[in-house]
Order: sequence, then C-alpha cells, then structure tokens
Amino acid sequence: MVNPQLVWIAFFAPLVACILITFFLLKSKLLSSLTAIAGILTSFVCSCLVFTQIFQSNPPNELQQSLSWIHFDALTINFGFLMNPLAIMMLLVVTGVGSAIFIYSRGYMEEDPSSPRFFAYLSLFAFSMIGIVLSNNFIQLFMFWELVGLSSYLLIGFWYAKPSAADAGVKAFIVNRLSDFGFLCGIILLWSLSGVGANRSFQFTDLAAVIPGIDPHLLTITALLLFCGVIGKSAQIPLHVWLIDAMEGPTPVSALIHAATMVAAGIYLLARTFFVFEPSMTALTFIAYTGAITALMAAILAVAENDIKRILAYSTLSQLGLMVMALGLKGPMQGMYHLTTHAFFKALLFLGAGSVIYGLHHEQNIWKMGGLLKKMPITAITFLVGTLALCGIPPLSGFWSKDGILALAYENNTVLYVIAAAASGLTAFYMGRLFFVVFWGNAPVAHGKNHHETHESPAVMTLPLIFLAILSAIGGYIGIPHYLFSQQEPEALNMTVAAISSIIAVLGLVFAFMLYGKRNTQDPLIAKLGGFYTALQNKFYFDAVYTWYVDQVQQRVAIFLSQFEKEIIVRLCIGGITNLARNGGKTLRYLQSGLVQFYALIFILGAVILFLFLSKTL
Amino acid sequence: MITLGSYLILSGIIFSIGLLGVMTSRSTLKILLSLELLLAASNLSFVAFSKFNGDYTGQLIVFFVILVAAAEVAIGLAIIVVMYRHLSTIQADELRTMKW
Repeated sequence: MVNPQLVWIAFFAPLVACILITFFLLKSKLLSSLTAIAGILTSFVCSCLVFTQIFQSNPPNELQQSLSWIHFDALTINFGFLMNPLAIMMLLVVTGVGSAIFIYSRGYMEEDPSSPRFFAYLSLFAFSMIGIVLSNNFIQLFMFWELVGLSSYLLIGFWYAKPSAADAGVKAFIVNRLSDFGFLCGIILLWSLSGVGANRSFQFTDLAAVIPGIDPHLLTITALLLFCGVIGKSAQIPLHVWLIDAMEGPTPVSALIHAATMVAAGIYLLARTFFVFEPSMTALTFIAYTGAITALMAAILAVAENDIKRILAYSTLSQLGLMVMALGLKGPMQGMYHLTTHAFFKALLFLGAGSVIYGLHHEQNIWKMGGLLKKMPITAITFLVGTLALCGIPPLSGFWSKDGILALAYENNTVLYVIAAAASGLTAFYMGRLFFVVFWGNAPVAHGKNHHETHESPAVMTLPLIFLAILSAIGGYIGIPHYLFSQQEPEALNMTVAAISSIIAVLGLVFAFMLYGKRNTQDPLIAKLGGFYTALQNKFYFDAVYTWYVDQVQQRVAIFLSQFEKEIIVRLCIGGITNLARNGGKTLRYLQSGLVQFYALIFILGAVILFLFLSKTL
Repeated sequence: MITLGSYLILSGIIFSIGLLGVMTSRSTLKILLSLELLLAASNLSFVAFSKFNGDYTGQLIVFFVILVAAAEVAIGLAIIVVMYRHLSTIQADELRTMKW
C-alpha cells in the first residue's frame, strides 16, 4: 500500500528547505545550497519509495487524501493529493531532474554573492511544482500554478540589476497572467457545470464522474478555456514570446523551470485532466493544431538564433508543441512519455550549455565559441548525447518517445504528421548547427578575452551532466511507457514511421555538418535565405506586433480611461458632492449676523411656525 | 363680568408689547425689561388658568418663573455691566463681533 506520510514528506520537504534558507541561512553559501539539495533529495527518495509501493500490485495502487481547507455553504475546497501512476512519474521527473540541477547549481552559482537567495527561490519552485503534480483539485492546482509562475518570475529576474533580466521576468509574469485568466474562467465554468448547489466540486475524481452528463458545447468552451492556461504556461503560440526572453535567468533555472518541469506543467495538466478534453473533438483538434504550428514555427526560428540558450529555448518550444499535439491526438501517454525523456535530455542540454557558458566566462554567442570538444570533453560528449537524443537518433530515449507521437500523427492525421516530421528534421538541423559551431573545429581567433583559459567545469557540475546523459541514453529502455500505460501494453514500434523519422534526423544532421562542419565566423545561412532571414531574426514579428498593440491600442485606451476617471468620476461626481457641501456652507453662514435681535426674530418665527404646525396636526 | 378670555387677552397684549420691545429696542436694558414683560404675561395666563380651573399647579409654576426671572435679571444685568466696561456702550447693535 502507498504510505501517505511519504507523500506528504515529499510534498513539503522543499518548502521546509526554502523556509530554513530564507530565515536562517541567507549569509551562508555552503549551508544554504546543502539545505536546498537535502530538501529536494528527500523528496526524490520519498518519491522513489512511493513509486515502488504504487507498482507493487497490478493494477497499480492509487491513493487520495484530502484535508478540508475552505468551507462555505455550497463551496468546499480541499487541500490534498491524488497519487496515481501519472502523478508519480511526473513527481519522479521533477524531483529527479531537480536534484541533478540543484547539485549542478551548487557549482554554477558558486561565484554569485547572492546564491543563498537563489537556492531559496529554487526550493520554493520545487515545492510549487510538486504541488501542481500532486494536487487533487483545480483550486489547489491553480494556487500552485500561480506559485510556479511567481518563482519563475523571481528566478528569471534573479539578476535584477540587469534591466533585460528584470524586463524578461515581468514579461513572463504578464503573459502568464493573460493565459491564467482564461484558465481560471475555465475552472469556475467547470465547477458551475459540475452539479447543483453543494454537489459541485473541484476534485478531479468527482469531475471525471460527472463529465458525461455535461452539455457538449459548454464542455468544449470549458476545455478551450482550460487550454488557455496551457498556452501560457507551456508557451504555445501565440503566447510563446515569454519563454525566449526567460533565458535571461541563470542557466540552471532555464534547465529546471523553462525546459524540464514548469513549462511541461501544461502538458501534465492536459494529461491529468484529460477527461475534460477527451469528449470534445473540436477542442482536441484545436489543441493538436496549436501544438503542431508551435512545433514547426519554433523549429524554423531556432535556425536563425545565435544565442546558445535561446536556441535551446526554441527547441523546448518545438518539443512542447509536439507534446501538445500528441495530447490533441488523444495520446496523453505518448505526450507524457515525451515529456519525461525531454526533461532528461533538455535539462542535460541546458546544463551542458551552462557548463560552456561557465567555462567561457559568460559568453553566450555561439559564433564566439568553437573547438570546445578538446577543451571540455565531458561537457562535449554529454552534450552530444543530449543532441542525438533530441534529434531522435535511435536508440536514444528521444527516438522512442518522439516516434510514439509521430506514429500517432501518422495514423490519425496526415497534415499533422507532415508538420511534425518537418519540425523534427529542422530540429536535427539546428541542433547539428549548434553542436558543430560550438564544439567542432578550432577555437575562433581570440578577439575576446580569456579564451585561452577555457577549462572543463568542476565535478559538481559534470556529475549531474553524466547522470542526465545516462538517463537520456537509456530512457527508452527503463520501462517508462510500461508504467505510464499501466496494464495496457504500448503499441509495437511502427517501422515505417521509425525509419522515416530516423532518416529525416540523420539527413538534418548531415546537412548541418555540410554547412557548419568547417570553421565559419558567420552564419552561411544569412546569404542563402536573404529576406526570410530578416523575418527569422525578428522572430516572425510577434514581439513587434505585441509592442505595437500595447503602445498604440492598449495605451490609448488606458489613457482615455484614466482621463475619464480623473475628469468625470473624480472631478464631476466626487468633487461635485464636496463642492455642494462647501458652497452651501459658505452661503448659509451669512445667516449668523451677530445681531442678537435678528436671532430672536428667527427664534420667534420658528416658534410661530411650530405652533401653527402643531395646531394643524392636533 | 371678568372672564378667562379677558385675562388671556390682557396677557396677550402684554406679551405682544414685550415681544415688540425685544425686537425693536436698541438698548440692552430695554430688551431686558421687555423680557420681564414676556414673563409677566405668561405668569398672568398661568394664574388665570389656575383660578378658573381650580388647580393650584399653575400658581406653583408662577413661583418657579419668578425665581428664574430673578436669576435671569441678575445674569442679564451682569452681562450688561461687563459689556459696558468693554465697549463703553449698551446698545445691542454695537455687539456684532460674534458672527461668521
């Protein structure tokens, strides 16, 4: 049986670490990092124990525990957890990859004077993310959903003295706020549809039972509103703009939050509450196409990017798009499988990129790198493993999971399959470009500083790399689909799809090698693509359009409303009342003449009037 | 035959004279005297009602009124004396400083 205490410990260990660091350890780099690492490792160990307990029996154990949290007449909100195979897999990813990244951060943030703050934020994030994974109702989920948004904001803007980082944090926060508004509306709509009076519920298990009785049109609206939250958090088109700028944060943050876990929360949400989406074909189709377009567009944009972290961010976008597409094709398990392997190799790639950036003293432009294969062998080889896994080269993990999605698309929708295959080919191409430019050939002529000092990163950073590289390599063989699909066996490998996608991936890599295999100081694509390249460099003008909208439309409406408030409401309505009182008083005070006899006259008149009045009524 | 009406009419005439005196006279002393007339008029009514109704409550109230009038005159005269010391006049319309 599943031991609930273990789940609660796994839930709250990072929060305890966060509180300890915030209140006691902000002065000590060593103790704060060790506390944070201890917190996440505790969670990881507990998750592993829970994992074994869940899969002791067939079918796997499930466990739900709820504490009554908020209770009104017709509204009950619980705080609890729902532990099932899906949740434990996600929990293992979060805490496992999280542990590796926490340990890596110990090395990466060593030189930063405010690293204790960093570890406090990181622990807060881990707690919030575990909260999303475990929540058994929508309100609790939404609360943690906002908490990861907050910790994401704090960590993107960690170097707050840098204006671009502070702006990126704000951008991420605002874009997510937009989408979360829709998400909240969806939650409330679903709640109101879920029954009458006190029967209504936010609990996933209750909702799953009442879904078949709900009007399909309303359910479609609900599903689309819930999907709004996913669009923001998982950075789907058109709200993907924040994820690229989020790369301003420290690299471990990019690895943990903006690649492996938080942005995958949207996919997890779709899979966990798939019962809402499953009955609505309209919503599913919309979801599938959103994902596919995001996947392709991000892959195209990645080709023209020159910042090592931003290339990886586009790649994350693209892979998230594929996962969303899988969900839209009724394949939550394929999506979750890819999420898991993607967490391994994308965290690995980001940490590898972090290692390169660390070794090159915070240089992020790939054209100023080169020949790092000899200088940073461990980083280079692990990075290569991650690259190949991402490209989907068999037998690495990415091949198996991506193939599952492609096979799903191949069987259901040819258009989506072509888009996804094209995105995969482009993925292989831009990852090949990244790898060859950064690690192949010779170091560029050192017009920059410190290039001769380039060295391999310390063991505290390379060990997590090796751990993640092993996971990325063997991720296809450790039975993830078996646990996810529980009893039902995964479908056999579709040989046609597997062959086509492998060939596409290899072609992409070969093409990249032909272009970038020899030393270049500048991207040869600029000349070949011409005007299209400019469009790419401007990221298809999404940011420009949003800036135009905010400046020209929203700002003007806001100024108008502000003037309306100042002039009409404040001056006319509120000011009118005070002026009435003030001017009335000014006028009436001349009655006080100082003449005693005048007062007597008034007094007598008053008495007479009173007398007349009384004699009338009596 | 002297009726209640005769008393009340006399009382009304005295009251009106007093009222007119309060309203029109400038001198605070005259105002004070007119106030006494007002009180006397009301006293007359009280006593008349008391006699014609055979109830002594009215006469009791008259004693209270006389008592209050004595106190009022004492305070009023004191105010007039103080006013004279300050303004060297006892004209009521000179006393106009206490206004807006």
